[in-house]
Amino acid sequence: MVEMVSRPYEAAFEKHAMAHDEVLCLSADLTSSCEIDKFRDNHPEKFLSLGMAEQNMMSFAGGLGLAGYRPFLHSFGVFLYRRPYDQLMASIAYPRRKVRLMGFLPGITTPGGMTHQAIEDVSVMRSIPNMTILETGDATEVESICEAADSIDGPVYCRVLRGSVPRLFDTPIKVGEMRELETGNDILIVSSGITTEEAMRASAALKGAGVSVRHLHLNTIKPFDHKTMLDHIASVKGGVITLENHVVDGGIGSLMAETMADAGVGKRLVRLGLKDTYAHGGSRAYLMRYYGLDALALVHGIEDLMGQKFGITEDDLSAARVEAVHSLVKAEGL
Amino acid sequence: MEQTRRNEKTTEEVALGIRRRVFEHSIRNNGGYMSQACSAAEQLAWLYNEELNLGAPTLPMIPKPFEGVPHKDNPDYHTGAGYNGPVAPDLDRLFIAPAHYALVAYATLIETGRMAPEGLEMFNKDGSSVEMIGAEHSPGMEVHNGTLGIGLSTAAGLAYGRKLRGDTGNVWVYMSDGEVQEGQTWEAIAACAHHKIDNVKAIMDVNRQQCDGAMDSVMEVGDIGRKMEEFGAKVVWVNAHSIDEMREAVKTPHPGQPLIILANSSPFEGMPTLEERFPRLHYVRFKSEDERARFNIEIAESLGIDPIDYAH
Repeated sequence: MVEMVSRPYEAAFEKHAMAHDEVLCLSADLTSSCEIDKFRDNHPEKFLSLGMAEQNMMSFAGGLGLAGYRPFLHSFGVFLYRRPYDQLMASIAYPRRKVRLMGFLPGITTPGGMTHQAIEDVSVMRSIPNMTILETGDATEVESICEAADSIDGPVYCRVLRGSVPRLFDTPIKVGEMRELETGNDILIVSSGITTEEAMRASAALKGAGVSVRHLHLNTIKPFDHKTMLDHIASVKGGVITLENHVVDGGIGSLMAETMADAGVGKRLVRLGLKDTYAHGGSRAYLMRYYGLDALALVHGIEDLMGQKFGITEDDLSAARVEAVHSLVKAEGL
Repeated sequence: MEQTRRNEKTTEEVALGIRRRVFEHSIRNNGGYMSQACSAAEQLAWLYNEELNLGAPTLPMIPKPFEGVPHKDNPDYHTGAGYNGPVAPDLDRLFIAPAHYALVAYATLIETGRMAPEGLEMFNKDGSSVEMIGAEHSPGMEVHNGTLGIGLSTAAGLAYGRKLRGDTGNVWVYMSDGEVQEGQTWEAIAACAHHKIDNVKAIMDVNRQQCDGAMDSVMEVGDIGRKMEEFGAKVVWVNAHSIDEMREAVKTPHPGQPLIILANSSPFEGMPTLEERFPRLHYVRFKSEDERARFNIEIAESLGIDPIDYAH
């Protein structure tokens, strides 16, 4: 079974921060919630507590950027853009400061309900000029997110997973490269973040039902390699389906729609995610089922896309193994 | 060389020159930020002519046209900070937090020999970098501050970083009192105090005016000096039109605290005719050609110059 890794961010951030003089650690009263409490205690000289004051933190970080530092801002994703959006624009995005926005608890990965769930962050960030967006989908990606983010010449927003995180991949994030997890030719599944594990489960079951699945995992949402994606779209006979821990507007579903429409691709696209709705507080598994973000929802979406039923049940999906890392033949393919 | 530049004129002369330039510009363009020149002239004149430790300008005296915004495809992008001289560990930096004072700030650059008078003719013209609301690329600007309340936070971050690097220069912020309505201003003061950021110095134009009119009619802010002290700043009140008081105020020790000089100003200092327009002084647009002509004659007389010969 899949290996679960405990608090992968904690050690990864410490290692990266201590190797780079210009990296500073900023927190907005969510220090242990963002797994940087040990860092605070061990390296107080590189840690700045800025309190529950995100507007100031954004402009302050812009000033640190102007002084040549690369601050990593730690908070829940939702607090890094909703309240301090103006400061994010004026103090960070416009001047292309090398500020690293580490957004924890993306989408419905928090039981905190509407105020805590960053369900439209990707949409917001995609429309901000100069912004880069990365999203982690497993422990290996969390372990490599600091280095990937810090390689960006400008601001970057990262959706970071915390706590117990499955290890699905054995190679670090390479910014701009999508992971090719399945290489079939019937339909194309595009997923990112926590939905990739669901899609892996679904595709295992679908393969058993004779469907030839092509599955891509995105860790770089902006900038986006449209050309490579179009090659993948062209290589399947049927349509495309996206599954995202986000509203379907403005996220990777929209990204695929734009990619296909811009190129005049006349294939069907099914977009799964939160459909013009807020979520409420609950467990991740419950919310993924309730809002149709899990493997079963994906199977039903593919049935809709292909116009046939496969008789795959919940039991089939829970039995579907997600291999313990999984040296995918072409994990870093293309 | 630098000393000559800074002391070519007295600070009083620079302040008068600022008011004259902003007045002339406003008459020619049928309106402008005249009241800000009235309240701010001595403060900006004092900063540029005496207090700030700046090097010689690094950008052309006549500003270049707009050359694009920051973007990965615009590698030659630069801000307008070069009008304040180079970036160096021992030199000061200045942010004009209320970017709406840009016209007054540009006039100050001209009066202190940092920009050619032609620069003001480019003000608010399409394709010009001399923008109406000072942009990052506008002369004398280093960051965008058009959205009010973000300047002090940016200065705090820069100052913290400079302290870490061992820089000896200060980070100055020119502020306006309307900014205290923004919560971010208070967050910034608290952050400065908590982290003992004492290489931030601010002077705030307390003219009690904002876009809608007198601040008390828009939203009362109470005793801002006392509030700032409570949040952790060192506060000194001065008469904004007394250069001696500013010279004294800046000597106030403020170890571990940011210094905020609150400059009590008159929004029609030097142009008494403007009082007729109180309390709508944010941007004075003439109501008629008659009014424009009368203001031209009266204010010119107040400023000791001939009326402006403007195109009707």
